[in-house]
Amino acid sequence: MKIGVLALQGAISEHLDMLEACGAEGIRVRRPEDFNGLEGLIIPGGESTTMGRLIENLSLGEPIRSLQEGGVPFMGTCAGLVLLGREAAGCPEQRLLGYMDTVVVRNGFGRQCESFEASLDLPFLGRAPFPGVFIRAPYIARAGKGVEILGSVEGRDIAARQGRVLTVAFHPELTEDLRLHRYFLQMAKNLP
Amino acid sequence: MILEEALIVVEKGTLRVKKGMAQMQKGGVIMDVTTPEQARIAEAAGAVAVMALERVPADIRAAGGVARMADPDIILKIMEAVTIPVMAKARIGHFVEAQILQALGVDYIDESEVLTPADELFHIQKDKFTVPFVCGARDLGEALRRVGEGAAMLRTKGEPGTGNVVEAVRHMRRMMGQVRQVAAMSADELMAEAKNINAPYELLKEVKERGILPVVNFAAGGIATPADAALMMQLGADGVFVGSGIFKSKDPEPRARAIVEATFNYDNPEVLARVSRGLGEAMPGLEISSLKEADRMQVRGW
Repeated sequence: MKIGVLALQGAISEHLDMLEACGAEGIRVRRPEDFNGLEGLIIPGGESTTMGRLIENLSLGEPIRSLQEGGVPFMGTCAGLVLLGREAAGCPEQRLLGYMDTVVVRNGFGRQCESFEASLDLPFLGRAPFPGVFIRAPYIARAGKGVEILGSVEGRDIAARQGRVLTVAFHPELTEDLRLHRYFLQMAKNLP
Repeated sequence: MILEEALIVVEKGTLRVKKGMAQMQKGGVIMDVTTPEQARIAEAAGAVAVMALERVPADIRAAGGVARMADPDIILKIMEAVTIPVMAKARIGHFVEAQILQALGVDYIDESEVLTPADELFHIQKDKFTVPFVCGARDLGEALRRVGEGAAMLRTKGEPGTGNVVEAVRHMRRMMGQVRQVAAMSADELMAEAKNINAPYELLKEVKERGILPVVNFAAGGIATPADAALMMQLGADGVFVGSGIFKSKDPEPRARAIVEATFNYDNPEVLARVSRGLGEAMPGLEISSLKEADRMQVRGW
C-alpha cells in the first residue's frame, strides 16, 4: 500500500520507519505532484502552528482537500489531531483542515515539563496497554455526533475516529508498537 | 479519582519525551528573540520555537563583560506572547540557572557557550531535570559527552554572533564525517575510537549500530541568510537555530519567513533563489580570524 506522510516538519522519518515495518510503502509528501496515487495520508507530529502556515504558504491545501474528497483515509498524530480538527480552542489564528468534527485544545496538558508517558487502554487496538507518549499534547474537548471517541487519559479524550479520519494526541511513531499503524492500514484496505 | 490514578501510571520527564520534543522540531527554524513583539514575528514567520534572550549573541559579543541567564521577566513575557515552545539559555555548568528556568516552565534549556561559563570543569548534570536540554558541540566526542550527561538535543557550536557560517560548517562536517567513519568501523576498533575522541563507549556503540547520532542535531552559530540555512540542511542538519541573523538584519520579518522557507526547501535551488531575493542587508559579519582567542565562544565548554 502506498501511504503518504505529510513531510512539512516534525516526526516524518519515524512514521516512514513504522510504515516500512508494517510492510507498507511510505512516501514523503511535500509537493502537489506527490499526492498522486496515495491510499492514505498521515499527518505527523510537529508544531501545529508552523505546519498550518506551511500548508498555506506551499499551496498544499488544495491537493490535501482533493485527496480527502476522493475518499482517501487520514491519520493525524499530535499536531495532526489539531490540524484535522474543526476548531482550536482559544487559537483563532491556527490554520486547520477541519475534516473531523472536533474542538481541540492545543498544549492541553501543559508545557514541555508536563509532557508524559502513560500506558493507555485502547480497546480498539486490543487488550495489551498501548505506550502513550504525550509531548505538549492536545486533547479533544468536544466532538460532534459522528465522532467515535476511542480512548482517554486523565479524563481527557485523546483518540478518535470519524469515518475515514483517525486521530490520536500521542506519538505511536516514537515507540515500537505498530498496532495503530496496522489499524490505519487495515482501515484503508477495508474502505469500499 | 484515586482509583483512576492507581490504574494509569503517568511518568513525566522521561528520556523519550525529552528526545521526542526535539524530534517534533525537525525541519524547523528556532529563532533568538528578545521581546514579545519579536517572538510574535518569529511565530508568524513559521518558527518552530523561539529562544528567549536578553540580548542576541552579536550584542553580547559587543557588550563584553559577563553574560548570564536572561531576566525571568523577559522570558515569562515571551512565554505569554506565543504558543510555540520557548527555550532559554543557562550558563555552562550553572545548574541553578537551569533550576530557575525549569521552575519558570520553559520548554527547553540551552546550556550555552554564548553565555559566560559558570564552571570550567563540569557541565550541568542534565538527566536530573524534567526539562530537556540542548547543547553545542564541535565534534562527535563532545556531542556524545553531552548526551552522556543527559542532553536530549544537539547543535553545532559554530561561532555565535558573527554572521559567519564557516565554523558551523566545520562542526557539522566533522560530526557527520565521524558518524560515517564510526558506522564503517569493525566492532573491535570501537573502544580505541572511544578513547581517541573521548566519547562514552556505550553511546559510540549506539552510533555505530544505528549509523546516526542518538539525538536530533541542529545547526547553529553564524547562520545569517536563507542560503546558509539550506547549506546546513544539505550538510545533514535536522533543523536550524538562527541567533542574531534575523533581528540584527535590516528587515527581520521577510528574512525570518525566507529562512523558514529555505530550511523547508533546502534541496530546491529554484525556491532558494526566489526566497533569497530582495531581503535587504543581512547582519554585518565578522571574519573569524579577526577574533581574539578570548572572544571565541566555541572554545567554552569541552
